[in-house]
Order: sequence, then structure tokens, then C-alpha cells
Amino acid sequence: MAQITMREAISQALWEEMERDPKVFILGEEVGVWGGTYAVTKGFYDHFGPERVRDTPIAESAIVGAAIGAALTGLRPVAELMTINFAFVAMDHIVNEAAKLHYMFGGQMKLPLVIRTVGGGGRQLGATHSQVPDAIFAHFPGLKVVAPGTPADAKGMLKEAIRSDDPILFIEEATLYQVRGEVPEGDYTIPIGKSTIARPGRDVTIVTYSKEVDNSFKAAQKLAEEGIEVEIVDLRSLRPLDMDPVIESFKKTNRAVIVEEGWMSYGVGSEVAARIYETAFDYVDAPVKRVAQKEVPLPYNRTLEAMALPQVEDIVNAVREVL
Amino acid sequence: MADIVAMPKLGFDMAEGMLVRWVIAEGQRVQKGAVLAEIETDKATVEVESTFSGVVFKHLVTQGTSVPVGKPIAVITAEGESVDPSLWETGSSEGAPKGTQKPPETKPGVQASPEAPLSPAGSTSTPPIDQLEIKASPLAKKIAREQQVDLARLVGSGPEGRIIRRDVEAALKTLQLSPAVSKGKGTLPAKSASAAPALVFRAAPIPGDEIVPLNRLRGAISRRMTESKQQVPHFYITRDYQVDDLLDLREQWNEVAGEENHLSINDFIVKAAALSLRQFPNINASLVEGGIKRHGHVNIGVAVAIPGGLLTVVCRDVDQKSLPAIGSEIRVMAARARDGKVRPEDIEGSTFSISNLGMYDVENFAAIINPPEVAILAVGSAREVPSIIAEELAITRMMKITISADHRVTDGAEAAQFMQLLGDYLNMPLGLLTLV
Repeated sequence: MAQITMREAISQALWEEMERDPKVFILGEEVGVWGGTYAVTKGFYDHFGPERVRDTPIAESAIVGAAIGAALTGLRPVAELMTINFAFVAMDHIVNEAAKLHYMFGGQMKLPLVIRTVGGGGRQLGATHSQVPDAIFAHFPGLKVVAPGTPADAKGMLKEAIRSDDPILFIEEATLYQVRGEVPEGDYTIPIGKSTIARPGRDVTIVTYSKEVDNSFKAAQKLAEEGIEVEIVDLRSLRPLDMDPVIESFKKTNRAVIVEEGWMSYGVGSEVAARIYETAFDYVDAPVKRVAQKEVPLPYNRTLEAMALPQVEDIVNAVREVL
Repeated sequence: MADIVAMPKLGFDMAEGMLVRWVIAEGQRVQKGAVLAEIETDKATVEVESTFSGVVFKHLVTQGTSVPVGKPIAVITAEGESVDPSLWETGSSEGAPKGTQKPPETKPGVQASPEAPLSPAGSTSTPPIDQLEIKASPLAKKIAREQQVDLARLVGSGPEGRIIRRDVEAALKTLQLSPAVSKGKGTLPAKSASAAPALVFRAAPIPGDEIVPLNRLRGAISRRMTESKQQVPHFYITRDYQVDDLLDLREQWNEVAGEENHLSINDFIVKAAALSLRQFPNINASLVEGGIKRHGHVNIGVAVAIPGGLLTVVCRDVDQKSLPAIGSEIRVMAARARDGKVRPEDIEGSTFSISNLGMYDVENFAAIINPPEVAILAVGSAREVPSIIAEELAITRMMKITISADHRVTDGAEAAQFMQLLGDYLNMPLGLLTLV
């Protein structure tokens, strides 16, 4: 298998799907001539042309609104929001239109829409540009929310998302674009709404997704040196949330640490912990522990920013605490 | 006036005790003599009675804490009374400080403990319920429920003393190790023992090594037995006793005497040993500074198997008591020991011990002396064996008893004579049963 970066994996997925299906097109800020803010769509404009790679005004509401309209008429738009922080501007289109049209009109129309966007902190972009509001979007029934943590998952899930007839928010993580990983050759997809055991272990279950999969692997490596074998479950998809591998793992280890990059309150960790308690109460041998961002607007200062974001050491400590 | 309850000294060698459980929560009323808390010493879990009546104002130690003897553990006040924290904060650790003897000094700016607000007199306060519950993980509770393990008897190793899976599993292991049969005619109480382990012939997966931490009782047994075996020069004498008459008499007695007066074989041996010891004061003794202390009282310790170890319950002045009284006392104390509710006086002050494994179909064994005693009897099973009586082959019921004795104090001839006399008493079971 080839080792490629997350950026290359996402780029390949888009390219392959656009080659495969002429109905697929891209729209967003700087996606065309510039090649994408994170260079994901570099070369697309020259190859596919301005019809299928459309630069838009700086108006997220318009981007999502146009994409919804295109999807309703049978195209397969991939809208790019430069960061998830700007998705708030398009909130009504995302949660009131995209998430509900199929339902409110009795299933008369499908909405094959993918909104690609980028979240996460750690790049000194300040409090308004570094957020991880994944849980907010995952709150709404009707909208699928996925956030892969490896290049292989990113490629397979993006291809699956583009082929899906449902509106899907596809959340990428800016600091993961350079991360390399093995990606299968050829055409493949990965189902949306399936969690996976990313690393087998026996002592503690770490439940995580996106960037924190990478941090959890680093923590697992440190802990393995002490003889502690953690099992990592990568959720990959926040809605639908597949708890089966989590519960299966928890029944084996009886203890869990949930790691997310966003804030703890009302977060992914809260949801996963609640479901563990609801379905596996008799298997609980220690309180479930959450590792998350400190409850402050993310500081700009590099040192303070690092202190506010979950670090590998935080995960290691949390695992020790539940043992 | 507030009263302070201190960690009691529950045994002559007790330096500290682990407060296992508060029975009366803060804010609840307590009567003098009511059980206030449970304390685990080296030997057992013991109930501590309140020495005062009033309201439990404050627990000074949390559950699962080891506390030196004499250190204050709780404050008891009159209802509605407020107390200055300096009362216990300055309490000395040598003796048991008593509030009534030490008027509380008023410290400016220091108020009664904020986390234990007193309800106004007359109003009812709700005790925090969780203090009365056992802190255990749901998984530990589930395993305990399935395997019928009493969580109240476990000490948690999890955060904040929580009982977690490994604690229950460790307890289960210990239970499985303790032998478990109740079918024998023997006398070791076997009520607590579970069914004998099932036979497993097929190869099972090889489990990993594991370390089971020593609980206090195990630790105490380990320490004392090592000391004894290393420091006391043991010698052993085994003798065979014909017990046909004893067994017949016991059977008749148990048929007519009623459940509460049932006698075990061991009860007869306890009584016979006590009478024998009266005539062998050197064996009812302890080696002390300057000589051999021959004890006036004959207090016989009877080993009782309990989960995770054993305790020796002590029947006092056995030579002064009737056999049914002896049997009843031992039965009651053994039950308390198995339930983890043994009282300090149940296990203190023995001058001689008897260990009986007769119920496990054991031919013979040798016991380790229980210091500072000088000897211990190890009693095997009564077995039907071929014997020659009056030049005829006959079937008789025989029982082997081995004495382990301290050679610093006594010698083989003396111990052998003691064993002979013991046999003479066992040959006269009617005398043991009827005469006091």
C-alpha cells in the first residue's frame, strides 16, 4: 500500500469521483484558480475546468445554499467551507435546509450534498478560527457528520460521501493534512456510520476520532512501554454514531477514556460516556474519563494554546487514572 | 459538651486499625453502645461501639483509612450543639482525648466545620445516604452478586477505596483456595465453605502470573507463622486414639439434646485437652523474660477457617465449663468469625490451640505453634481401620492427633505423657460430657 498524506488522500478522492461521475462538482472560496486554501484542489481547475470547479464569493450562506439547490436538481456538489468556523454563517442552510428538506417534503427529493470543511486548533489562528464545533452539527438529525482521522479513512469515506444521497458534513483537521498513512490502491469506499478498532488492546478503551486518533496512538505507544495496552476505537462518524465497537471493547476492558479536541461540555465525550453507562453499566469498573479542550476560547499565545488543547500527556494521565 | 471517639486498641499488639466503614453517618443520632463503625485490625473486622450518646457531628477519618490507636476518629455532640474544630485538631495522639476533659478553646475566626453544618435543634437532618453504602464499581457489584461475594468484607483498591473488579476476583481466588467440604463428621465449622472445586481434566489456557496483594489478615498470619517457625524449635509427637465410645456417645447425645446443644468431636477434644493441661502446666505456658510463665487459666484457641485465612477463637477457662457450654460458645464465636464480625475478646488470650482438619478426610498433619503458646494440637479425621483387639482382627474408629511443642519449654517425654493423658480423657467421654 502507498504511504500518502491526508491532503493527497482527500485530493485523490475528489479527483477520482469527479472522473467517475460528471455530476460531481466543487464550489467554494479559492478552490479553483488558487487550488484551495489547503491546496487540496490544486490542479483541479486546469483539469476539470471552471464549470466543475467554481470559485465563489466570500459568502458561506450562498455557497451552501447554491449547493443545496444544485443537489436538489440532481447534481452532486462538494461545497468547501474554508473553515468550520465560517459554517456558523451558513448555519440555517446547513441545519434547517440541508438536514431537513428530505424529511419535510416527505422524501420527494434527495440531497446528495457533501460539505467539506476544516476545523481544529493548534495553529495560532486565534479564538474565532480554531474551534471544534463538531458536536453542534452532530446534534441535528438529518445531517450526517463524519471526521476521519487517517488518510485511508478520509479517502474511502469521502468517496462514499460523494456517492451517498444524504447531506453530509465532512470535517477535516488542518493539522492532519501532513500526516501520512497507508492507503489502499485502487477504488474503494468506507461505509459512513461505522466505528472501527484502530488499535487492539486489553487494558483501557480509548474512544476518539479525527486528530485525537493520532494523539491517542502516541499515548498508546508511551503506555505500551509501561506494559499498558490500550485499545483505540476510532468513531470516524459522529452521526450516525456506531457504538458497537465501543461497547464491545468496553465490555472487555471495563474502563474508557474519551478523547476529543473540542470542549468537554455537551461534547462527543459526554455522548459516548452516557451511552456506555446506558448500555454497559454492569461492566463499568471505573468512572469513564474525558479528555477535551479546556473551557476557554482558544488562546492565540502558542504556550497557552497548547495548554488549552488536549496533549498526548493528558491522554496518558487519563488512562493511568482509570486503571 | 462534645465527645471524641478514638481508635480503640482491640488487641495487645494492635498499633493501628483500618476504618472500613462508617455505620452511623454524620448528622445521625447514635446511642451509647450502638455500632458506630467497622474497623479492620490485623486479625479481623471488628465493630466499634459508640462510647457516648448524641449526634455524630463529624467523621474525622474517611473510610479505608488506617488510623493509629488512640487517634480521634469521630466527634459526637449533643443535638444542635456546635463544636470548635480545635477540639479534635489539637487532640493528642497518645491517649484517647475526651472532649469532656478538655474544654474547647475558642479560636478567633475559626468556625465549626463548614462541610458538616449542624441542623438546628429539633429539625431533622437527612444523613448522606452514600456513606452508608458500599463503594464498589458496577462491574464489581455484578461479579459479587453472581459469585455471592459479600462486598462489605472487601477492601477496595480502586480510587478512593472503591472496590473494583480485581478486588472481587482476588477475594474469589482466596475463597477457592480455602478447602470446602461439609460432608465429613469432623468439627471444623464449614458453613462458609463453598462447594468443592469441580474436577477439570482438560487442559485449560495457561493464565498469566499475577500478584494478589496480602490483606491484613493474610499479612498477620504470614508474619506470625514465619516468626514461630523460625524462632520456636518445634518437635512433634503423633498418637492414634480409638474414638468408638466418643463417637457413639456424641451420636446419642446429638439425637436427644436438640440442635442448640449439638456437640462436635472437637468439643470433646477441647475439654479433654483442657483437663490434661491442668495436669501439665508446663504445656499451658509461655516463654517470657526470666522464665516460663505457667498460665492459671486454661483458654483454648480453636482454629476457624474463614475466607482468606484463619482465626483462632478462644474458649476461656475450659476446665471450668460443661461440655455443652463449651460447644455452644465455640459455635457462636466461629459463626461471628466467619461473618467477619468477630469481637476482640473472641480471639485474644488463648494459652493453647487446637486445629482440626478432620472434616477434610485428613489422616494426620502437624500445626505451627501459635506464639506465645507452647503447643498446639493438630487433629485428623476419625477413620475406620482394622485393629487387633484381644488377638482378634476388628474394625475400630481411630483418630490421629499430633502435638507440636516448643522444645525450649517442654520435652518429648513430657509431651508424650500429655498425649497419653489426653487419650485417657478421650476414652472417658461420659466423664467429659457429664462432669464439671
